[in-house]
Amino acid sequence: MARRETPEINAGSMADIAFLLLIFFLVTTTMNVDSGISKKLSEKPPADYVPPVIKERNIFEVNINRNNELLVEGERMDVKEIKDAAVKFIDNGGGEGKLVDGVSTGPCDYCKGEKSSTSSDHPNKAIISVQSDRGTEYGTYIIVQNELLRAYTELRNALCKERYGMSYIELEKLYKDDKNNLELKKKVEDIKTAYPQIISDAEPTSAN
Amino acid sequence: MSKFKKRKKGIPAVNTAALPDIVFMLLFFFMVTTTMRETSLQIEAPSLPSATEVKKLEHKSLVSTIYIGKAKDTKYGVGYNKIQLNDKIASADQVPAFIINARTKVAENEIPFMTTSIKADKQSSVGTIIDIRLKLRDVNALKVSYSTNTGSDIK
Repeated sequence: MARRETPEINAGSMADIAFLLLIFFLVTTTMNVDSGISKKLSEKPPADYVPPVIKERNIFEVNINRNNELLVEGERMDVKEIKDAAVKFIDNGGGEGKLVDGVSTGPCDYCKGEKSSTSSDHPNKAIISVQSDRGTEYGTYIIVQNELLRAYTELRNALCKERYGMSYIELEKLYKDDKNNLELKKKVEDIKTAYPQIISDAEPTSAN
Repeated sequence: MSKFKKRKKGIPAVNTAALPDIVFMLLFFFMVTTTMRETSLQIEAPSLPSATEVKKLEHKSLVSTIYIGKAKDTKYGVGYNKIQLNDKIASADQVPAFIINARTKVAENEIPFMTTSIKADKQSSVGTIIDIRLKLRDVNALKVSYSTNTGSDIK
């Protein structure tokens, strides 16, 4: 008797609830953006390829053995030290740069290194060679790669700050947001050619 | 005149009863589409190494992923060096076919921008990675990204 006509359920807030759910899912399903250390592999050399002769002083040799221990330039080293050792090696600037279009780039005028005659000639000649064992753990390998990249980043940042008053990371970000800006592109290229990343992977030791 | 006045007096409320339906539809759409492109893992989810100098992978359609880790099913053997291509456990010899197959799905002018993302477990060995790398070089898939978490692993 009391309930002669059922009162209508108020569905006005239903939309709010649904919106809340929608926004929740939109926010939480951040499609996991893949990030990683990117590398460009060298092209397959022709069968009769003779590797160029590189002076010993321009190679920074890193060996990782199967027990994940490091041997850098013939000395045992901890992963923590490898970045500074690499920086020292790249930034040495003890001689003439490589030939670009037949013209020598001359001595490195932005290097802050010791200009030692036993370390690299020029950042564009300095090669970092990483040789690992087949049994080396991938985690260690990545740590070493990362430390070496950090060395380059540190040098690029320092040079970029000196020349353009901002770090290389900031510069790259600016360029990324404004791909058509030729001035920024020139700056990025400038830093990149000043410290090119030359990290090569040597053939692994042992075959099992 | 009197008729006109009468109409203007009470503005009828917009019927919003269908709004939840619309929103729910959107909700379901997003829920369904966000899980569609996920390959089921035949290996245990690899615990990726961490690095600081990482670059984001853009253009998901141009990325093919190779997983390396421990197989969930022990019939494939133990150890952290099992390779998964698409939905199957495979060997390094099948990598070229996998890459060529991935290439058929993209426009020809985009092929040079294709990247291979290697998602390997920390405990995998470098030998496996090198095998894959050699195969990738054979088919001229030169852009590689070693998938990592962001952070530092150095203790």
